[in-house]
Amino acid sequence: MAINTDIQETSPELERLKELYADKGFVVTSINNLINWARTGSLHWMTFGLACCAVEMMHVGTPRYDVERFGAAPRASPRHADVLIVAGTLTNKMASALRKAYDQMPEPRYVISMGSCANGGGYYHYSYSVVRGCDRIIPVDVYVPGCPPTAEGLLYGLLQLQKKIRREGNIKR
Amino acid sequence: MSKSIEVAKEAIKKKCNPIEISDDFNQLQISISTNQILDVVDFIKNDEACEFRQITDIAGVDFPDRQKRFEVIYHFLSFKHNSRLRIKIIIGEDEIIPSITSIFPAANWFEREAFDMYGIQFKDHPDLRRILTDYGFEGYPLRKDFPLSGNVEIRYDEIDKKIIHEPVNLQQDFRSFDIQSPWERTNYLKEEKKNNE
Repeated sequence: MAINTDIQETSPELERLKELYADKGFVVTSINNLINWARTGSLHWMTFGLACCAVEMMHVGTPRYDVERFGAAPRASPRHADVLIVAGTLTNKMASALRKAYDQMPEPRYVISMGSCANGGGYYHYSYSVVRGCDRIIPVDVYVPGCPPTAEGLLYGLLQLQKKIRREGNIKR
Repeated sequence: MSKSIEVAKEAIKKKCNPIEISDDFNQLQISISTNQILDVVDFIKNDEACEFRQITDIAGVDFPDRQKRFEVIYHFLSFKHNSRLRIKIIIGEDEIIPSITSIFPAANWFEREAFDMYGIQFKDHPDLRRILTDYGFEGYPLRKDFPLSGNVEIRYDEIDKKIIHEPVNLQQDFRSFDIQSPWERTNYLKEEKKNNE
């Protein structure tokens, strides 16, 4: 993945350094850009498959869509993960488990809400046992619409998340 | 009708004394009273003419208009005779029905589900807890008088740092569409078509 330099303003001294070292096999960039590059390039996702959306989430990991080419590998433990993909219907009984998994994730952490059910209850919006949107339980960065969203849709959501990290990411988070 | 069903029907009729027995569509179905259940289930499991060795499901039905509002329906399968049996029992809200877990251990979770969804009590059940609904859930969701959206909804409270339960507050009321089927189209279109003809 290319190092993104067009977001941060660079000083003339840095520009000169860049020119000096470019031919000698070095890359000059700010530490902020470097950290954002590292974060966007290793978005390991936690598999939180709750319903049929989980199948599309699996497709994203298979060779056809191959999300690993963006440096994102599925992790079974929330302690290893950077992004939590809520794929499917979140029920009242599952909500505390979701919050627990989210709380175990190390910072910086991101959440993708996948599909109608996770976004706002979807088909089960009026049900007595379903949470009307997983953003009632955890903060969400990217919403992917669809029932279920295609694997391309989820992949696009992941790319949007990368864009978001590049736009507002800094060392603090 | 296959012969095995005929034989099983005769055996059940003779031994179990059911309130009602039928074999429409090659499906044996009997209605019995609450106190017969243990004897009947034991009989249909072990009798040579029946041998219904597997319990497929236990279902509950709610008829709010009836004086005894619930029906408990048992489904059994006989591998040997390749046939199925349905047993129906009508019980009231405050009645208790004997558990058949002593005969079919697999009935354990089915009975728990019937208890969870309808509040039907099973006597001598080893572990009659809720099985599907949320921890601390109140009410019986499949009863006809249970509100569709329930009584509580949950959210995470940032101050208390825990998930809290609140009374249901719908942002958008439940809407009822008149579309019956995408193939038959809506009612008003059907009426229009009829008027044109």
